[in-house]
Amino acid sequence: MTTFGLAQPVRRVEDPRLLKGEGRYTDDIQPAGQLRGVVVRSPYAAARITGIRTEEALKVPGVAAVYTGADLKTDGIGGLPCLVPMTNRDGSHRANVPHPVLADGAVRHVGDPVAFVVAETVEAARDAAELIEIDYDGLSAVTDPEAALKADAPLVWPDVSGNQVFDWEIGDRAKTEALFAQAARVTKLRIVNNRVVVASMEARAALAEYDASSGRWTLSTNTQGGWLLKDQIGPEVFHVEADKFRVITPDVGGGFGMKLFLYAEHVLTCYAARKLGRPVKWTSDRSEAFLCDTHGRDNVTEGEIATDADGRFLALRTRNIANMGAYLSNFGPYIPTFAGTGVLASVYGFQSVYANVVGVFTNTVPVDAYRGAGRPESNYLVERLIDETARALGIDRVELRRRNMVLPTQMPHQTPVGKTYDSGDFLRVLDAGLARFDWAGFDARRAQAAARGKLLGRGLSYYLEATGGAPSERAEIRFADDGFVDVYVGTQSTGQGHETAYVQLTADRLGVDGSRVRIRQGDTDTIPVGGGTGGARSLYSEGQAILATAATVIEKGKRAASEMLEAAPADIAFAAGRFSIVGTDRGVDILTLAAEQHRAIREGREGTILDTAEVAKVDAHTFPNGCHLAEVEVDPDTGHIEVVRYVVSDDVGKAINPLIVRGQVHGGVAQGIGQAVFEHTVFDPDSGQLLSGSFMDYALPRAGDLPDIDVDLVEVPCATNPLGVKGAGEAGAVGSPPAVMNAILDALSSRGVLQLDMPATPARVWEALQAAPRAA
Amino acid sequence: MGTEASAAGVFSAAVRPVTLSVNGADRELRIAPWTTLLDGLREYLGLTGTKKGCDHGQCGACTVLVDGVRINSCLTLAVMHEGATIRTIEGIGAEGALHPLQQAFIDHDAFQCGYCTPGQICSATGLIAEGRARTPEEIRELMSGNLCRCGAYPNIVAAIEHAMRVAETAP
Repeated sequence: MTTFGLAQPVRRVEDPRLLKGEGRYTDDIQPAGQLRGVVVRSPYAAARITGIRTEEALKVPGVAAVYTGADLKTDGIGGLPCLVPMTNRDGSHRANVPHPVLADGAVRHVGDPVAFVVAETVEAARDAAELIEIDYDGLSAVTDPEAALKADAPLVWPDVSGNQVFDWEIGDRAKTEALFAQAARVTKLRIVNNRVVVASMEARAALAEYDASSGRWTLSTNTQGGWLLKDQIGPEVFHVEADKFRVITPDVGGGFGMKLFLYAEHVLTCYAARKLGRPVKWTSDRSEAFLCDTHGRDNVTEGEIATDADGRFLALRTRNIANMGAYLSNFGPYIPTFAGTGVLASVYGFQSVYANVVGVFTNTVPVDAYRGAGRPESNYLVERLIDETARALGIDRVELRRRNMVLPTQMPHQTPVGKTYDSGDFLRVLDAGLARFDWAGFDARRAQAAARGKLLGRGLSYYLEATGGAPSERAEIRFADDGFVDVYVGTQSTGQGHETAYVQLTADRLGVDGSRVRIRQGDTDTIPVGGGTGGARSLYSEGQAILATAATVIEKGKRAASEMLEAAPADIAFAAGRFSIVGTDRGVDILTLAAEQHRAIREGREGTILDTAEVAKVDAHTFPNGCHLAEVEVDPDTGHIEVVRYVVSDDVGKAINPLIVRGQVHGGVAQGIGQAVFEHTVFDPDSGQLLSGSFMDYALPRAGDLPDIDVDLVEVPCATNPLGVKGAGEAGAVGSPPAVMNAILDALSSRGVLQLDMPATPARVWEALQAAPRAA
Repeated sequence: MGTEASAAGVFSAAVRPVTLSVNGADRELRIAPWTTLLDGLREYLGLTGTKKGCDHGQCGACTVLVDGVRINSCLTLAVMHEGATIRTIEGIGAEGALHPLQQAFIDHDAFQCGYCTPGQICSATGLIAEGRARTPEEIRELMSGNLCRCGAYPNIVAAIEHAMRVAETAP
């Protein structure tokens, strides 16, 4: 108990294995007789395919097969679905387009899959791939979402006029307009939320095996939950029952949203494995990962805040153009709409919010969820806009936020965009952050920096995130014959340390030592349903399922103990892992009881199996929130930016494991600083080529690029789940981009630079400084 | 033990032998000369602890120690290292016991998904042996060849700093 207590910084149970090179990731699995697949991808952003010749490729020694879109069509293989129904403002449905697994006569972005080569080795497959002759008839391409909406823009899909996927709205437009009409002041801002390449260190991979006798596939692949894949690839793609697929998720080297979805390569390996009767593996190389993993963000947004004469926020109005890429990924349209706009009111008392979101096709890699998925984009807009409003009104930016925050006494708080916040003490969290950061001591630090020729800036953001994901979750507790307690979960760790937190919870509830608890995940055959991991849902969803299951186990245990101890069930109490007769010292511990019941059943006697599965309904979101504070040093001669001080004051509710929470926040902040300062996804506007297609061109933050990140946890328990927890996985990525950009603009404003878009690369900063009207 | 790995599936006459001392054992491979050290370890010796993050020397996930020096194993060919002593993540720490650096990674929560971790640990082992880094800033700079998308850098630096102190005070 003591070594696995709740609210303790318990060291992660996953660690020794992963530290010794004993992690087992998808590409580490090398079954005998496996074939290797290589995908041939389009070098054009837009083209018609007028011919494909594979004869020479098939002659390469070791090549087993070459498949094209025509083969898939012949065999009736379906395309990849988009799972988001959506109604436009005018009542019509969003555009729907096919998403073929291999090109159907046209390609629509660089990297679009055209053929699949399967061979004894990767080298042979690559040699063969080079011998496939494909005739492309190049077309004009468009990569910028605003350009795609222009009347003369090339059409990504001939049937989708204006490249417009959807035109969606939320909020009370009339009320918002009325509040704007009576406002004392309106401030506006147009910002670009830059496209981000997810770039998990482990690239995607898939290993498919097919058993002809049972007609079943086993697909081992790095996912964030295999159930979503199984439920699509069976019925939608191969037109068989979902249960014909067993999806196994081994260790996963990071996902950040991107590994949630069904991809073409899942289908291709399964298709080839059935055709060829051998295991077929595809492992993405890094260059193709840049072109075939979904990207994140990529919005151009205009926002306006209406304020009254006292600087109180009346209403918020936004128009967002969201780049969907060339196809609609599983959840693509969901991200900027349902997911993103839900937090637009953030922690402030807006009387009304109205948002219009337009989705756009471009000849680029499809866009879908990336850590935060729409919520970072909304928070970025609101927090940049508030700094802009403070500047326009001449009110201190901390004071302006303070003046407009919703108070704890107003909880539960219903927002104009339909969310109900259960809890939050925003002023307290803000004040804790300001003190920890030494916000007040900034002037002295700025003077020191100025003496070295540097511009120092400080910035803050107050973020609010609404966690999401599947609306239920399952847990199953089984007492194994070897004396361990196995907990089968429907979430999927991709590095978050879930196993440790679940062990802590189970150990606490069942009163067993944590070393006796094993977490089982990632096999759709042994776990029938699961919501996977996404939207920072895992601990509060799976945690509730574990609590419900443990409660049933204990109820069953009381019945079994009453039989064993020959006492009335009402006289049996459970505490600290032991069932006992109230008022006596007679009792039995839970592991002994469970083993005895198993033995009784085995020996044909009566017994009560304690093993239990429960599904918990997860009908309330959690609303983690907090204050991010950043200090940046700008070198005005080079435009180089260094983040020199970073503090997070975070309310993620009760922290089951503060060590893991801090690690999650660090990671989110690293990714947020990455987006704000380093990560620039650039497509050539004419050719549609991804110019930033490697780690030499696309700058992921490195160790030397980031400051220490000080995370202070201010616990305001969530009122809608029994654990009091709020989802912590995405929070760091939500709060950090606006804090950093506000700090950069604070530094640059003294030189007349008042607007800058992410990423604030040295070239951009330097150019902005050169272009600015010099302060006299 | 001197396991001979086969070159199954290599459709070239240019297969040649190379002997490496890997984690204390001589291993003979028969491989095509263009096989990288990384592929040699992963595909031919079954040592999958070393990871392929980019195959272009840009991420550091494949870092191993060759004659004690850290190196990107994706950027060097196996045949170039005839007779060399190779140490991979599987050779760090003793049977049943963690290396102090591995323990420090646990104590400081210095990783999340674990994919870059073998490279980080091999790189840090090399760094400590080099004796060049003295401050956290120097550790950051000299570890900047190892990417971590989970963003565990603050804790990685703390873990390495801790292990460095332990190594200094060791008898």
